[in-house]
Amino acid sequence: MSEIEIKNLTKKFEAGGHTVVALDDVNLNIEKGEIYGIIGMSGAGKSTLVRSINYLEVPNEGRVLIDGTDLSKLSDKELRIKRRDIGMIFQGFNLLEQKNVIDNVCFPLEISGMKKKKAREKARELLETVNLSEKEKSYPSQLSGGQKQRVAIARALATNPSILLCDEATSALDPQTTASILSLLKEINEKLNITIVVITHQMSVITDICTRVAIIENGKLVEEGTVEEVFDSPKTDIARELISNKKESYSPIESLKAEKVIRIVFSENSAFEPVISNVILKFNAPVNILGADTRDVGGKAKGEMLLGLPDDEQLQHDIIRYLKERKLTVTEVRDNV
Amino acid sequence: MFDQKVIGMLLEGIRDTLYMTLASTLLGYAIGLPLGIVLNVTKAGGLAPNKIIYRVLDIFCNIIRSIPFLILLILLIPFTRALVGQSYGSTATIVPLVVCAAPYIARMVESALNEVDAGVIEAARAMGASNMQIIFKVLLVEAKTSLVTGATITTGVLLGYSAMSGTVGGGGLGDIAVRYGYYRWQTDIMIVTVILLIVIFQIIQNLGTKVAIGIDHRKK
Repeated sequence: MSEIEIKNLTKKFEAGGHTVVALDDVNLNIEKGEIYGIIGMSGAGKSTLVRSINYLEVPNEGRVLIDGTDLSKLSDKELRIKRRDIGMIFQGFNLLEQKNVIDNVCFPLEISGMKKKKAREKARELLETVNLSEKEKSYPSQLSGGQKQRVAIARALATNPSILLCDEATSALDPQTTASILSLLKEINEKLNITIVVITHQMSVITDICTRVAIIENGKLVEEGTVEEVFDSPKTDIARELISNKKESYSPIESLKAEKVIRIVFSENSAFEPVISNVILKFNAPVNILGADTRDVGGKAKGEMLLGLPDDEQLQHDIIRYLKERKLTVTEVRDNV
Repeated sequence: MFDQKVIGMLLEGIRDTLYMTLASTLLGYAIGLPLGIVLNVTKAGGLAPNKIIYRVLDIFCNIIRSIPFLILLILLIPFTRALVGQSYGSTATIVPLVVCAAPYIARMVESALNEVDAGVIEAARAMGASNMQIIFKVLLVEAKTSLVTGATITTGVLLGYSAMSGTVGGGGLGDIAVRYGYYRWQTDIMIVTVILLIVIFQIIQNLGTKVAIGIDHRKK
């Protein structure tokens, strides 16, 4: 049994007389202790999906099971108690502006009926975990974005949840702060064995910390797998788009359109051989490098490169075979037009 | 002119004015605050949306607020008499003041609570807070600055209305101003009462503003 099971989830919204399908028959299993990424463009339905996991959004059809418990079968009160087991952080931090840092962290404990003294002890412990002990008496307005998110993380962990939901938690932060928040999440995941669900539109967030990823497009789950699988050989256009971090699909500039474009992915062990030079020498043919990048995918160094191949089909075939023999992942991005 | 008798009368007027203003503000909040909370909670997109309850209270508040205070004062005479035994004097004036203030306060409270960030409410729901906990521990706490500002404005308005009730024998400084300034042409006494009202108003407004700033932790 998976910790989070989402079965045939469908959610519709009525907007201005017509129905918008935010989630369309989504099925998903998330295992205990993993960091699961859900990625999609804005409006794809990923926020609705994560908000279904703690039933902030009640689905029209389908079920959400947490540790085997069907959330739709719970009474209001039981659901509120269940929510203490599911922490959540947000893009906008959502701290109580009129309470100081320690009172913000104490808040979920206060709600659960814990004595103030005990709650404070627990809150201090958590502030230490997120490295904010010295800001105990500050108010949110006096903190930076990264510090606010740290407070929010401490607050979400106060009730010792077994799941942490992150709804675009780093989207409002600069790259450096994003990196520090992500490493904090990873640290928490390892230390507490807490299951983390990360919603984002940034592939870098997924490759940095996630173990598995689901791609959502127009309310449908279109691709799912380990981050490495999806990164190395994305099956759908949207996945390629998200990986390339561009608005449009791979569409090289007009003059290059006649070429065949492939995407190759290097792993650490294949990065030693000068493959491109070897291809050029061996086949005595020009290869056009259209783009290249390196990334850290789940702790492994990955290099990716976009190559424009010569027009000769036999030559293209040979080059691709040669690259595959070198244990590189090759995906065809665009056929001859 | 300003002998012992007049000074005594003015002091009594100040006392009665403060009594009417503060008592009606307090009683007004006793009714208006829960009413405002219900309006906020039952509105579309609120914690517990309820079209019927919202519409009924909405219309009720609008009707009372659209009646000019002086007319309300007269309309309510039988009700006031039934409630406090007489229809003149400071205590009797509190009745129409409260009736007038309650829907006004309800609107103030409703709009103050509307300003609370929806994200914070969602966060509280995600933590497992009940609606009651959200009302008392999130909405009222996060909106406290606007609530205090609203209370200050309300008190100022009620100070003015309490003076207006002087025209029908309501007591207090307004009563003195009408009796001496209007009926007896003793302009000096009228001017003094007006100055006293201005001073009281300033004190209330300054105090309210200070408190509102003092308890606000959003921008410091």
